[in-house]
Amino acid sequence: MSESGYADAQPRMGFFTDTSVCIGCKACEVACKEWNAVPAPDDPSGMDLLGLSYDNTGDLGANNWRHVAFIEQQVPASRVNKSDVDNLGMPTIGAPEQEDDTGVRWLMSSDVCKHCTHAACLDVCPTGALFRTEFDTVVVQPDICNGCGYCVPACPYGVIEKREDDGRAFKCTLCYDRIGDGLEPACAKACPTDSIQYGEVSELRQRAVERKQALHADGVTEARLYGDDPDDGVGGTGAFFLLLDEPEVYGLPPDPVVTTRDLPAMWRRAGAAALGVAAAVVASFAGARR
Amino acid sequence: MAECHPVGFQWVMEAKNRGAKIIHVDPRFTRTSALAHEHVGLRAGSDIAFLGGLINYVLSNGKEFRDYVVAYTNAGAILREDFADTEDLDGLFSGFNPETGEYDVESWAYEGGSDETLEHPRCVFQVLKRHYARYTPEVVADICGVSPEQFLDVAEAITANSGRRRTTAWVYSVGWTHHTVGVQYIRAASILQLLLGNIGRPGGGILALRGHASIQGSTDIPTLFNILPGYIPMPHAHQHLDLDMFVGLDAGKTGFWGNMRSYVVSLLKAWWGEHATAENDFRFDHLPRLTGDHGTYQTVYNQLSGKCKGYFLAGENPAVGSANGKLQRLGMANLDWLVVRDMQLIESATFWQDGPEIATGELASEEIGTEVFFLPAASHVEKDGSFTNTQRLLQWHHKAVEPPGDARSELWFYYHLGRLIRDKLRDSTDPRDVPLRELTWSYPTHGPTDEPDAESVLAEINGSGPDGPLATFTALADDGSTSCGCWIYCGVYADGHNHAADRVPGAKQDWVASRWAWAWPSNRRILYNRASADPDGNPWSERKRYVWWDAEKGTWISPDVPDFEATKPPDYTPPAGARAQDALSGSDPFIMQADGKAWLFAPAGLTDGPLPTHYEPHESPVDNPLYTQQANPARQTFGGEHNRYNPVANEIYPYVFTTYRLTEHHTAGGMSRGLPYLSELQPEFFCEVSPQLAEETGLEHGGWATIISARTAIEARVLVTERIKPLRVRGRTIHQVGLPYHWGSNGLSTGDSANDLLSVVLDPNVHIQEAKAATCDIRPGRRPRGAALPELVREYQRRAGVEGSEA
Amino acid sequence: MGIRQWVEGWPVYRQLTGADRLGLGAAAQSDRSKRLRARTEDADSVVQSVCPYCAVGCGQRVYVKDGAVSQIEGDPDSPISRGRLCPKGSASKQLVTSPNRVDRVLYRRPYGTEWESLPLDTAMDMIADRVIKTRRETWEDTDENGVRLNRTEGIASLGGATLDNEENYLMKKLYTSLGAVQIENQARI
Repeated sequence: MSESGYADAQPRMGFFTDTSVCIGCKACEVACKEWNAVPAPDDPSGMDLLGLSYDNTGDLGANNWRHVAFIEQQVPASRVNKSDVDNLGMPTIGAPEQEDDTGVRWLMSSDVCKHCTHAACLDVCPTGALFRTEFDTVVVQPDICNGCGYCVPACPYGVIEKREDDGRAFKCTLCYDRIGDGLEPACAKACPTDSIQYGEVSELRQRAVERKQALHADGVTEARLYGDDPDDGVGGTGAFFLLLDEPEVYGLPPDPVVTTRDLPAMWRRAGAAALGVAAAVVASFAGARR
Repeated sequence: MAECHPVGFQWVMEAKNRGAKIIHVDPRFTRTSALAHEHVGLRAGSDIAFLGGLINYVLSNGKEFRDYVVAYTNAGAILREDFADTEDLDGLFSGFNPETGEYDVESWAYEGGSDETLEHPRCVFQVLKRHYARYTPEVVADICGVSPEQFLDVAEAITANSGRRRTTAWVYSVGWTHHTVGVQYIRAASILQLLLGNIGRPGGGILALRGHASIQGSTDIPTLFNILPGYIPMPHAHQHLDLDMFVGLDAGKTGFWGNMRSYVVSLLKAWWGEHATAENDFRFDHLPRLTGDHGTYQTVYNQLSGKCKGYFLAGENPAVGSANGKLQRLGMANLDWLVVRDMQLIESATFWQDGPEIATGELASEEIGTEVFFLPAASHVEKDGSFTNTQRLLQWHHKAVEPPGDARSELWFYYHLGRLIRDKLRDSTDPRDVPLRELTWSYPTHGPTDEPDAESVLAEINGSGPDGPLATFTALADDGSTSCGCWIYCGVYADGHNHAADRVPGAKQDWVASRWAWAWPSNRRILYNRASADPDGNPWSERKRYVWWDAEKGTWISPDVPDFEATKPPDYTPPAGARAQDALSGSDPFIMQADGKAWLFAPAGLTDGPLPTHYEPHESPVDNPLYTQQANPARQTFGGEHNRYNPVANEIYPYVFTTYRLTEHHTAGGMSRGLPYLSELQPEFFCEVSPQLAEETGLEHGGWATIISARTAIEARVLVTERIKPLRVRGRTIHQVGLPYHWGSNGLSTGDSANDLLSVVLDPNVHIQEAKAATCDIRPGRRPRGAALPELVREYQRRAGVEGSEA
Repeated sequence: MGIRQWVEGWPVYRQLTGADRLGLGAAAQSDRSKRLRARTEDADSVVQSVCPYCAVGCGQRVYVKDGAVSQIEGDPDSPISRGRLCPKGSASKQLVTSPNRVDRVLYRRPYGTEWESLPLDTAMDMIADRVIKTRRETWEDTDENGVRLNRTEGIASLGGATLDNEENYLMKKLYTSLGAVQIENQARI
């Protein structure tokens, strides 16, 4: 944080999304859009039934800053019979021996921008539109963004995207305007079961570990954390998750790596040149305004 | 619950986190199932068999909470010798008249006397035991398609979690009420909960989760044909009916209904003020009289016959939300005039322009004579008023902004409509106009639109006496000295203060949170909570302490308001000749009942039997294994060209379908399908089928299906999902088709209406439709367009042999 | 904006002169970002309300700016909902401000093929006339045996479950005094 240069730097803030209590209601998606005035389709042509279980959002993008994934899984009946119900930690469908011997579980998870410790989108942004806030979150500034789109392929999670009719890039801001006033982000505030928890990342990480341990103690041994490791390819994320299966199952990259690992050094080398550019720009403007 | 009441579900998740076991019983695997420990996927329409199985498990294993059952229920009451059970009469109770299809309920009454040992062969407990003896795990499996192992797992879980120290709660919604035996579903749950001692105690109960913001309020202060405010019945037409006879007919002499005259007189005073006097029976004759069923489906038939000519719709979309939408639309097309009050142009407002029958050529705009007024409605933030939530809590919402354009509140509309009508009839001498001219109809108005003052209406509802606003319903008098618009709401405006607007933050109160809003009656949060203490007034256990008797202080103590007279001691014995509540003892918690007991057996009040028994839905793919009597013999059927029924166990309509809701939409869609953020989350109508059914019928995931009943055919996109499982029932494989019912042609998210498939066939007690279990065919591809659609429906009718049938 | 100010605001300049050596933090923060506030903080008024969808009865706070709703979100004071809302509750603002909302009276004359417009007062007057006329035409004083009925089956009403108690009260009261008995709502359905 010290590198971000804020005189009034705050503790790092983030999300812990506990998918073991997510009910897939999508309140997070709607609350986000209402607060951030994300454009909505004004006719049915922009809406599709995707056939992805109850997910018709599909992916994170310029107009979907939260996305709830629905995963229907067949599980062996041996995992859903009476004695093993608790071990599964998730539900089962009844009377399996009647027609076939498979059970079902239905996973739901609300995905969001990870607010990476090492954020490639930020590194590649040539205009300074993407910046790291005093809360150590990563935000696009719509007043700066010129729509160059460099950030889009840089994100290892496929989060950030250009808005088609606008041209600029958009993604979750972790409700930068709200948290600056001490409020919770809109999604976390709405979440009926507190699956989305907002707070200081250090405290959330501790809470996540405790939750994982509690689930393990209850026999839900598949519970795992995702994005909590400061030594992973993006230096850990400000928004991290408790999952009940492999990350790929939820459409998350198993081993994300910041695409710009070496960029900071490159930018430093470019610094002197940039100073020269600045001088030139000043001169040209001075001429224009005369 | 997670599906339709997600925020309420947070408390289930809290309970789960504290070790509660969550069991979800539903034909459909929902977002609730996904978070439950166990999902019991039973056949739609078979729940009484499942609940009956649980009752049998309790009774045959001696798992009942004996002390509670003996003290607080009618388990010991002796029944008459001429009472005969369905087990004796092959599916009928005594008193059935096959010609009228109705029961004479006389033989269901108590003989008199009670046996506390519960051994008398004609006591309720023994009758109950015999009635449910055949509901074994194997029979449950045969009817419901639930394995005996899973059934026993549930039975063991709920019995282990009930008793002195523990309680189990049941939560239901319209999945239980939308049946021709809907009332009996709830009765079955009540019997189970009473046997286990789970009523009137914290963590117990049977909670109805209701789908509209004030559907509880609109039942308490009813926009319903059969009741007046506070569940006072509407008078039926009788020779020489006057107030005394009315009160005598309907009021129990004992229990709090013993004061019904006070409730009725106070209501009449609220409505007709100074004109209502003891000399004129408080204008009791101003009330119109009923002559049977005047429910919404009967109304539609009256529209079709031309009897009903004018129709108001206020925030309802029957063209999509009611069973057999075509019948609804044909009814509306036969009106003189229709007033639609809504925020969006719902299908019920535009049926004359773009309804499905216009597309098929069955109706033509130029031939529909209905004059239609669409009046835009104000939203909840544009008006003051109270909603009553599903827990009986009245919560006030304050006006934030003015409504746009011509939009107005219903308060505005009905107040000014009444004012205009009264103005126009000011000089009338017609006796039929007297009730209107004498009506108290003076409310202060304010603001640019002359909006009536909602709090002044609340004050009238609360009631007042010589000393101003009344504090509670026990202050009501039968001599005309008090007025009260709804006796159970009396106290919401005590001391002239709007308690519905009380908002002490939850975090600053104890867990009962009595100072958040106001619950009827008298701000009591758990009904019949005297039952949380034993007959002597001590908590059944420390763990479940809620209401108890403090002998020193001579009063009942609770974090709640005791649902009992505050100072009536546990050992109170009624003196001879006592009436109303004074006739109930200090250990009778069920104070609205004439005997103070909870009824395992209902000696009165029901039209289709004193005990719930399993009947098949009106449209079923199988026979009833228990009796020759296939379906509820008292169910209400309607005939007609547009309401034909699929025959029982018919191969033309071989599949079961059930209708339901999704989190992302609201009922008939008027408040969700026009909203972009909700519409895009569930953009069109779909059906859910199992992979096995898809294979059997050639349905493709993401493709189209046509679903056909004797009423119509509709099309839906197909979701093939493992969440739907075929079931083994009566030795056969039964497939179920899931249909969310939110859609119609208007708005951003569109599709055919699932309810168009349904017939009108009703529960005989409350006239609710059987929307949760019926039969259909399903096949791949889109439905025909134009005249080919009704032709397809007729072709199916011909093959099933119901074309031209009248019932 | 003067040139000096403009240059000083330029991220690269700030990066080179400030503590944010990578130029990705404070140096890149725009003026707009610096000034950003939650719009709820600027509301002219905040009103406590109740979600209009299902019967759980979640608390809402309605934020008003310049006479319009600027935000609706959960009321954390509510012991029922603790500040949370489902997707429908979260869409409440759109319910109120949706462009699809109709805010003018529409009239379809008998056998008409299109909507027409009508002043609200005229519509109210016409509806009152129709109520009076239909009531007169369909009135039943008694049944065939002379038993008092005092009613009309010519006028029916459906709706109430989405409305306020006070509204249902006026509806039931007015309809009953008119002798209309077919008064129903979603609770039957």
